[in-house]
Amino acid sequence: MEYILIIISAVFVNNIVLNQFLGVCPFLGVSNKISTAAGMSAAVVFVMTLATLITYLIQNYVLDPLNIGFMQTVTFILVIASLVQMVEIILKKISPALYQALGIFLPLITTNCAVLGVAIIVVTKEFTFSGTAAMLNLPQALVYAASMALGFGLALIIFAGLREHMDLVGVPKPFRGVPIALITAGILALAFMGFSGIV
Amino acid sequence: MNKLSIITKGIIKENPIFVLVLGMCPTLGTTTSAFNGLGMGLATTFVLMLSNLVISLIAGFIPAKVRIPSFIVVIAVFVTMVQLIMQAYVPTLYETLGLFIPLIVVNCIVLGRAEAFASKNKPLDSFLDGLGAGIGFTLGLTVLGAVRELLGSGAFFGWKILPGDAMLVFILAPGAFIALGYLMVLFNKIKKA
Repeated sequence: MEYILIIISAVFVNNIVLNQFLGVCPFLGVSNKISTAAGMSAAVVFVMTLATLITYLIQNYVLDPLNIGFMQTVTFILVIASLVQMVEIILKKISPALYQALGIFLPLITTNCAVLGVAIIVVTKEFTFSGTAAMLNLPQALVYAASMALGFGLALIIFAGLREHMDLVGVPKPFRGVPIALITAGILALAFMGFSGIV
Repeated sequence: MNKLSIITKGIIKENPIFVLVLGMCPTLGTTTSAFNGLGMGLATTFVLMLSNLVISLIAGFIPAKVRIPSFIVVIAVFVTMVQLIMQAYVPTLYETLGLFIPLIVVNCIVLGRAEAFASKNKPLDSFLDGLGAGIGFTLGLTVLGAVRELLGSGAFFGWKILPGDAMLVFILAPGAFIALGYLMVLFNKIKKA
């Protein structure tokens, strides 16, 4: 039951882009075409789940026992950066097809604040299930990270669809480019607010 | 380039928010009020100045291949400092800004200035460049925060000035996108004129 709650709350209610404001840069940057948006989403799901797995273990078995929690930011960003590099190398060797599809998005993900953001949320925030607040355990953390990434993908693909249509209409000159994209994202966020009652 | 123009170009001509469109996550996430925007801006400015200074000092010794990871480590060190300082002296602001303080590490402006300016210029110029970009970022955040606070809760820096109910949606997530979108339109208009 709580897994379903985690998934619905992470994908729809607390959508990472439209509600938490994480990963807005790629959200605005790679949302011109649905195909690139889908590629980016797949890469984010992959990296975010893997990064959360590793940072969760580091936090609980290295940083906490040694009492060096203040090293969190430095450690996590280094882990994520090297992880992305490693995934890139491994993918290139074992699955050139997948590398072709995801390759160009991987370097971008290092500076995607969504990945670091989710890694930090998972180890610091308490979640409330049926009245008791507790930290997430490992399977819950992984489900949470994957659903957050799916939420990112959902928002990105919907938004890319909107922008493809927007290319066809005449937008007033000062609105062209980023401003109209932001306003559209605002209206999309308004629509997502409608989900806030369901969990 | 003279010293003053290094600072001023970051404020209008290359404003990080309105012109370069960098660092959108903290821009949208922390500007629920003018004060929060200002706090976030100052924290980022601190990191920008010092990381630019240190990076321009060490850039000559770093092999090109490991340039980016080394820059990120330098930035992360200063972010951790800001985190600890804010936790100690302004705990309430630290609580409100929350996640976005550690996320300064992945703010594109900081790494952007390090890569585009600090790695190729002298320490003092880099420091001033960081200061200029920081001021531009802080101004943008404060203006956006003030607009959202005024529309969303009828107040300015915490002082209630508009009577009656306000449009709460501007404090919530959708209002952030819409307010920033219209501010950018306004900025484009003014810059053209």
